[in-house]
Formats: sequence, C-alpha cells, structure tokens
Amino acid sequence: MFIEEKKNSQIYQDSNYLKPDTEIGVSNLVKDFYKKKLPINLQGTNSKKYIGYNVQAAKTLDLSNLNGVIEYLPEELYIKVLAGTPIKTIEDLLEKHNQQLAFEPLDFGYINEGKSNKGSAAGCVATNYAGSRRFKVGSVRDFVLGFRGVNGKGDIIKSGGTVVKNVTGYDLSKVVSGSFGTLVALTELTLKVSPKKIFQNTIVIYLKDIKIVSSLFHKVLDSSNEISGAIYIPDEPKSKKFDLNKSRVFKFNDLKNDGPFFAIRLEGDRVSVQERLQDINRELELKKYKTSILDNHQSVPFWIKVNNLELFTNTKNNLIRAVIPPSNSEKLMKFLGNKLKYFIDWSGSLFWIEVPDNEDNKIAQIREFISNNEGYMTIIMKSENFDFKEKVFSTDKAKLMISKKIKESFDPKSLFNPGRMYREI
Amino acid sequence: MSELALPKVDKNILTKKSLIVSDLKRIINKDNVLSDADEIKPYETDALAAYKNTPLAVVLPENTQEVSEILKYCNNENIKVIPRGAGTGLSGGALPLNDAILLGLGKFNKILDIDFNNNCVVTQPGVTNLSITHAVKHKGYYYAPDPSSQLACSIGGNVAENSGGVHSLKYGTTTNNILGAEMVLMDGTICRLGGKTLDQEGYDLMGLICGSEGLLGVITEVTVKILKNPQTVKAALVGFPTIEDGGNCVTEIISSGIVPAGMEIMDKALIDATEKFAKAGYPMDAEVLMIVELDGTNSEVDSMLKEIEKISQKNNSNSFKLSKNEKERMAFWSGRKAAFPACGAMAPDYYCMDGSIPRGKLSEILKEITRLSKKYNLAVANGFHAGDGNLHPLILFDGSKKEELKKTEEFGAEILKACVKMGGALTGEHGVGIEKRELMCEAFNNDDIQQQLDIKKSLDTKNLLNPGKVYPILRKCAEEGRVHVHRGEEKFPDLPRF
Repeated sequence: MFIEEKKNSQIYQDSNYLKPDTEIGVSNLVKDFYKKKLPINLQGTNSKKYIGYNVQAAKTLDLSNLNGVIEYLPEELYIKVLAGTPIKTIEDLLEKHNQQLAFEPLDFGYINEGKSNKGSAAGCVATNYAGSRRFKVGSVRDFVLGFRGVNGKGDIIKSGGTVVKNVTGYDLSKVVSGSFGTLVALTELTLKVSPKKIFQNTIVIYLKDIKIVSSLFHKVLDSSNEISGAIYIPDEPKSKKFDLNKSRVFKFNDLKNDGPFFAIRLEGDRVSVQERLQDINRELELKKYKTSILDNHQSVPFWIKVNNLELFTNTKNNLIRAVIPPSNSEKLMKFLGNKLKYFIDWSGSLFWIEVPDNEDNKIAQIREFISNNEGYMTIIMKSENFDFKEKVFSTDKAKLMISKKIKESFDPKSLFNPGRMYREI
Repeated sequence: MSELALPKVDKNILTKKSLIVSDLKRIINKDNVLSDADEIKPYETDALAAYKNTPLAVVLPENTQEVSEILKYCNNENIKVIPRGAGTGLSGGALPLNDAILLGLGKFNKILDIDFNNNCVVTQPGVTNLSITHAVKHKGYYYAPDPSSQLACSIGGNVAENSGGVHSLKYGTTTNNILGAEMVLMDGTICRLGGKTLDQEGYDLMGLICGSEGLLGVITEVTVKILKNPQTVKAALVGFPTIEDGGNCVTEIISSGIVPAGMEIMDKALIDATEKFAKAGYPMDAEVLMIVELDGTNSEVDSMLKEIEKISQKNNSNSFKLSKNEKERMAFWSGRKAAFPACGAMAPDYYCMDGSIPRGKLSEILKEITRLSKKYNLAVANGFHAGDGNLHPLILFDGSKKEELKKTEEFGAEILKACVKMGGALTGEHGVGIEKRELMCEAFNNDDIQQQLDIKKSLDTKNLLNPGKVYPILRKCAEEGRVHVHRGEEKFPDLPRF
C-alpha cells in the first residue's frame, strides 16, 4: 500500500463514515472490515436509501467520491465511468453527442424529496429499475457491459468488458445488477449507450374500459410499429388519503387530463413517426376512441414525468412496484378497482400502486394476488406506520437458498448491506 | 489430435462402473441408460470434433424429477456429470470425461406452452432453436437469437452458452431474450427462475446461469420471448477496395445512430471461397464485402438504407447492391451462410475461432490476422459479425499432418490474445469450454477467476458438474506471476489445477 493511501485509510478507520477516493482505498477498507468482521452500509449518492430494509451496520462506506467519466467512445456506443458518477452527469454528456441510456433510468427523487435526484450509476445498476422503454429495449442489466468492484473480502474483481458480444466466464454484470449492494462495492461501470431518436410523438387515447385497456396493451406488444412506451393512467381515487397530482403533473396543451388515458410513444425520424402514426391508427382501430397527439415538445417532457414517478410526488403512503405477465393486467386492474391510486407501464406489465398508510392488510392482499398471478412485487416506499409484517421483496425457498450461497461466494462474512434485501442475506 | 489436459480420472469410479449403471437403471427407465461402447460412441464429442472422450455411461432422463434424482445420486457418490444439449457447441463444452456420466437432454424435446397473450413460449431445453420459430411463425412471430447452428442446436444449449447470431446486433443474445428457466443444481435442488414476467426480483440468477456453460446447473425448462415479424426486411451488399474502408464504414454506420438487424464483413479469401461454393453473386473486385440487413417499418428501412449508401460512398465503396425482393435477400446471405462448407471444400480441415473486438479495431485485427497467417504459414478466411465486433476467422489446415492442429491452435490463441489486447474478449458467442480455457488468464487475473470459482463452489461444492471446462487447469495464472497464494495454500484446492 502506498504511504498516502495508508494514511488515508487510517483516517477513514477513525470514523464511522468512510469516503474513499480510489478503488484501492475501497479495497483496503473492506480488507480491514473483513479482518474485523464489521458490517458496512454501502451507499452511493443515497437517492434510493428508502428502498429495502434498514441496514444494521455501524460503518457507512460512501462511494460517491468515485466520480468521473473514465472513457466515452460515442462511436463504440459505450461509456466507462467511476461507479459513483451521477446519472445526470452521464446523461448530460450523452445528450451532447445525441446519445442516451435507452433503458431510461427512473428518477426516485420526486417521490421522496419532491425534486429530481437520479442518483449514481452504481445505484441505478444496483437497483435495476428500468423505465418505460423496458419492454422494447431491455432492462438496466441488459446495458451493463462490464464492471469492476470490490468483493466482501476486499479483492478487486472485474467481469465483462466494453464489447457487446462477450461470453468469457460467468456474466457477473447480471448478478450485481439488482443486488442492492449486497455482493460487490461497485467501483467502475461500462454501460452500453444508444443513439437518441431525433423525434417523437405520443398518441393519447381517452378510455376507461379496462377490458379495452388490456386489449390495447396486447396489441401494442404485438405491433411491428416499434412502439417504445405504452402506459395507462386511470382516474385518481377521490380520497383524502391520496394527493391528487394527475392534472397538475400531466398538464399539456393537447392532453385532456380530466379522465383516465392511455398513451403510446413513437420515436424515430419525423417521416417514420408520421407514417407509423397512421398505421397504428389502423392497427389499434383508434377511430373508435377519442384521441389526441402530443407533439415532440410535449411528448418528451410527458415521458420524463412518467419516469420521474411524479404522480406520487412526496407521497407519505406506501408505494408498490408490481410486475405481472401482461395478459394478467385486466385481472389486476379489476382487483385494484378505483380505491387505490396506480398507473400501468411496460405495456401492461408494470404496476405502480400507492397504498395508504395504516393499510398494510391491503399490501398483503395485493401480494397474494400478484403471486397467484405469476408476478412479483417490491415495496419501494414504506409509510410511517408500515408494520414490517409484509416482506419488502418477494422470494421463494429454493431461490433464497441459492441467493444465500451466491451472497456467501461474494461476501463470506456478510459485510455488505446485511439484511437490505432479505433478513437472511 | 492435440493433447488436452483433463481432470484426474477417479479410478474408483471406473471400477464401480457396472454398479453405477445398475443404480442409474433403477433411478430412470433402464432403456434410457446407455453403457455399451457402440451405444455411447455418438456422445464422444461435440462440434469441437478434434477432441473425443468416452463417458462412463450416458443417461437420457425424461423429466425434471429424473434429472434431479440423477444429480443427487451422482453428488452423493462423487460421480462427475457432463450435461449435453444437441452437441453442436464449438468450444468443447460437452466433451465427456472417462469417469463421468453424460447427461443428455435430447428427450426434453417438447414445447410446453405457446402463449401469444404474453408473447412467450415455454419449452423443454432439448427443443431446437429453429423449432421455436417454426411453432409460432403461422401467427407472424419468431424467436430472435439465431446462432448459425439454429437448425440443430437446442435452446437449453443456447442458454448454457448464451448464444447469439447474426441478428444479436439489434435483438441481443439469449440472455436478453429469455424470461424464465427451471434448473436443477448438482445436489438435486430444483429451482424456478423468472417466469412470464420481465426482469426478476433479487439476484439475477437467470443472468448468471445464461452463459455458464453447464457448470452451475442443468436447465430443464426455458421460457423465451417471441417477437412479431418486422414489416420489412431488406439487405444491401457493399464492396470496398480496402480493409480500412470496410472497417471504417461499419464504425460510421453504427455511430450515425443506425442499428441494423445484422451487419457482416467478409474478407477477400472468404468472398472467393463462398462465391465458388454458393454462387451468391458477390462482387469479385472487392477486398472486403459488407452485408447489412435492416428491418422495421417500410419508411424507416428505406431511409436507413439511403443513409447507409451515403456512408458507404463516403468510405470509397466500389459496389452497392440492394435486395429487390426476399429471394435476392436470401441469395445475399447464401454466401455468408456457406462460409463453413466453403472453407471445408478448400482445405481438409478448418478451425473456427471466435473473439470480440471494439468495432473501431476491425481493420487493425484483420491486419494482425494476415500477419499471423504468414507467420504460421496457414491460410485464413475471415467472416465477422462486424456490427458487434464479433470475429470468426476460419483457419484452414490439414489435420492429417501431425503438427498442423497444434500450429492452428497456437495461431488461434494468438488471434484471441490480440483481441483481448485491443480491448475485446476471448469469446463472443462460442464459449470458453476446453478450447479457450488456458487463455482465461489473458482476460482475467487471479482474483477475478477466484470469484468465479467461488460461485461455482457455492452451487457445486464437490466440483462435479462439467469439471475441467472454462477455467484453466493446465497453465496456471501463477506462471504469469499473478496468482495470489495465501499462506502457501491455494484457494479452492479441490479444483483440479495442475
């Protein structure tokens, strides 16, 4: 170890809040914790700290100083960054080269603090929550080409690389995606970037018959018109338990937001979008319904608001993220009725559901329904009086057993974020 | 045949062969346990046919429960198990061991559920890749990953190898196209991963299994995503006078924002070979030929083709031919798809390599391969999935000459080392298997490999499932001066590394 690093790591050890600047610094600290068997709360910019269980650890390892772009090759369609680099920094840089993170990182800042906070690249990968384009292009994990990180023994490890075709060894990039920092302290990430589509339009369809909503989702999935977003926003329940945000959030000249609506996004060059608009009208038989078009200037912010989860801005309630096979969307809509506030993304697969505080029994009922209908759900935000009888993440016995073994192979003394996802891990 | 180091044979197992066979016959239908020399001969090798080995016995279970019981039995009795799909793998991943049971999944050959409402198909792993598309094409759907062996390769093998294909440039490889799987661990545990939903909660075990080359578990069911056929598919044949022009054009097309469905590059040697063989109408004055395929809506495809023509001209293309109809499009591909047999007609043997490089290094790697070809005095023909930087150099040699396979393997290894040096990968889609096992240290250091071995050990404590594959056993990373030896002990000592 270099003298300077030794000195730094000594300083870090004097405090419970450690913020190394380098990968080797992270490795040295973890090696020390490994020796002393000290559990650590791993965090990036802390934008998603409320997801999962509280970590029981006296020490916090803050990785946000690992911040900066290492290499960006627009022509090779990848960007390599230090893992603590804010997503906003990455997106701003890509924007200058007319590129983007096609999986649309969600912004979890609004639901918690009422303003944007997209967090770090590591946080985005560690949670694996993709936005509206998911059903078309893939999830966050599909865009992670490679990573470097420190495992629970303090060893610096890497997997993958910068090329898209790579089957050399196990694909650990997938395993660390969505692992909530329980396996590896990420230090470096290589993400696949995509060309940004220059133009988009959104067709808004005004309807409330859930049977038709479900059939439209199916037609969208079946369409060869390259639809890159399909959501349904029902009426908000008329109850004081919910903040009514819909008309405030989705305020656009060409959107009538006094009732429920379905929205479809088309992206591409102008001619292609116009042509597909015509084709979709025919394909989805949209003549039957009242519709309007959001032009490029309205369509872009519309989808940003969807992926900011602005409908649930500053919520004090529980927020559930449920994923089901799309054909079960009608059943779930029927089950939810009009007493809960929700919206549907991923063309019928993803439900964001708000459940009022002190109604944990409702969460249990939803979980039972979801698991009986081949889906899974996560309690993203817990209300003040959440009683923790319901598990935050769902799993089954065999999967939990295997997950424990995988955890042990990365982090044998269970130092990283113990209990964040499952009590047992 | 070149010499190959394999895990030490457990003589105790060999002596117990008849007892093991009779035990296996009690666990599953006795007709599905093969142990006579003539019965097991077809299982001696996979598509890396230079290597052969006879397994102790072959078992052909018919359902997940049987797989679980066989694995549990073998785990208890310390018997190695080699899983095998259709045996089309090019890296020797299904090569048997003398003291191992070969577990063939050929009887898992049924499609279980075609769910058009959720755009997915639930299938047993022995079903071939192409059968999935055949089962859904009447309604205008298809399964996107299309490895060249799709007629014969099984979907379970595709999961094990994370197979790609020509169209993975736009649609991704197997890992991006499966929703769920059922797998059995070496101790017999049956686990379901994912289902008909997108993504999964918790650790992405499906992502881990995909591409794990049969080392972590045996896949007994797969749920794949199916896609609706695009409105239009068109292809263009573009010739270039130099390697640089072709390489630059590929890079410029991708960086312009166009994502073709497929983009292939062939060098002069392969153009000549395939033209003689398939008569696809390729331009004979080209040093490099690019086949680019676009799919999507009519207007989008047309506008992308115009842009590609412009970029090609800018990069000095000397011919540009657009497919006028489906027949012509297929003719464009016929040459590329005949690459293997065409090379087979040129030399007694050929060896297909598989590496990845950043797209921008295409001309650099081609020059390096030309240099190596002279050094080893072996001819080579190059076909690349250029859009995603995946190379398939085909080295031509004569296997009957004693030293030529060894020389060919060294040539291949040098190509792959060059790929890694240029920022690429040892294998883009064929897998490591036994073929590139000893090269793993080029890509990974000891800590990287140790982490992977620790995962292996966590799911297969005794290292019985497909041992001797993927991870180096002959040339230790120690020889590169990179091994980390802790207090004189090697980590994971029970892994055979010598």
